[in-house]
Amino acid sequence: MQGAVAEHIRLLEQAGAEAIAVKRVEQLAELDGLVIPGGESTAIGKLMKKYGFDVALKEFSAQKKPLFGTCAGMIILAGEIEGQDWTHLGLMDIKVARNAFGRQRESFETDLPVAGIAEDFRAVFIRAPLIREVGEEVDILARYKDEIVAARQGHLLCASFHPELTDDKRMHAYFLEMVREYRTQEAAVAQ
Amino acid sequence: MAQQGTERVKRGMAEMQKGGVIMDVVNAEQARIAEAAGAVAVMALERVPADIRAAGGVARMADPTIIEEVMNAVSIPVMAKARIGHFVEAKVLEALGVDYIDESEVLTPADEVFHINKREFTVPFVCGARDLGEALRRIGEGASMIRTKGEPGTGNIVEAVRHQRMMQSQIRKVASMSEDELMAEAKALGAPYELLKQVHDTGKLPVVNFAAGGVSTPADAALMMHLGSDGVFVGSGIFKSENPEKFARAIVEATTHYEDYELIGHLSKGLGNPMKGIDVASLLENERMAVRGW
Repeated sequence: MQGAVAEHIRLLEQAGAEAIAVKRVEQLAELDGLVIPGGESTAIGKLMKKYGFDVALKEFSAQKKPLFGTCAGMIILAGEIEGQDWTHLGLMDIKVARNAFGRQRESFETDLPVAGIAEDFRAVFIRAPLIREVGEEVDILARYKDEIVAARQGHLLCASFHPELTDDKRMHAYFLEMVREYRTQEAAVAQ
Repeated sequence: MAQQGTERVKRGMAEMQKGGVIMDVVNAEQARIAEAAGAVAVMALERVPADIRAAGGVARMADPTIIEEVMNAVSIPVMAKARIGHFVEAKVLEALGVDYIDESEVLTPADEVFHINKREFTVPFVCGARDLGEALRRIGEGASMIRTKGEPGTGNIVEAVRHQRMMQSQIRKVASMSEDELMAEAKALGAPYELLKQVHDTGKLPVVNFAAGGVSTPADAALMMHLGSDGVFVGSGIFKSENPEKFARAIVEATTHYEDYELIGHLSKGLGNPMKGIDVASLLENERMAVRGW
């Protein structure tokens, strides 16, 4: 809808996937997984609601199709947002804080270990959110100064930072592995 | 080691704005309307460009009270304008904590020779440009985002179209050149060679490129997206229209769905009058903002 769409498509393609930009709910049927990019969560959230993605993506997730949210995308996935009594999709059992590191001048990049993905992932934080709390079913993948900045809950993956702003495709390759797992399970059920 | 203010962090901030609309606001109430309509950022100003035109005199950085009021009112990024070359205004804006500085021809230039050395700042800058050479000079000085200048405060899209068409056609030309031709082209455009080489290799500007200066209807916004803009700035177009809330929402949706003409038709119904607008040809040379800067 809005944000760093082209960058995600570039890395998904480099990691071996066929990727398209989604603007309409009808397009979801042909997909095995969806990335919700970095952007402005308020703008993305409003457009998603207006065009029916709030309902359609809950169904998408109920089919266990993988979702990957970065920065604003993580806020869209979150089950609780600090300081507000509503959520966007509310799919993931995490509580997030928006703009948790401050304003743009406080934005930064650094190397981080991300469990199961990389020891030295270049993580770019831009007016980034962070995860305050996670539920029991959530695996923490990365921390920055004790704060949680990446996590996975089954078919849901999220990060505070922007892998799409680097040339490192390892996190996207990890997500595609989640998509492959989904397809294998689907094929097994179909038989 | 965490690094702040790197090229990637500054340009990345603009990447996150792509496909979105950035709106001029002059107080907290307007900022809230813009945020509720789905703006990706707001530009905090003392007056919108149409009123700057009407007021005449010297236009300067906004009163910090207004900028702080807007920053406190919304959670989306807040931008503010400094005069061309006025690096102290820019340092003040950085100290206030604004998320992006617009070194803008809408204000009266403070320096007729030099633009701000934007590499010295942690906060990213957006600058106006009429063509590829101007865009690459600004990027050379450290701008992290470019916007077409258009002719601000006129409600007339003609100059924004001229500038974006010029920019895109020059990018296509450079991309199709042989490498032997690039140095002569750099000289002709007045562009830094290394940046021109990047445009040649990638076929696009190294930073995000928005449209600005004259966008006043949903169809205007969609037109600029078709011409290759990554997003749009709307200055006077929203709060000088008859129904700012409706205009703001319609322009946001038309920017996202710029290829869906049926939807844009639907969005344009019953919006009321857009801002009145000015024929650019009727402006005196010294009334034109786009010619400020070089």
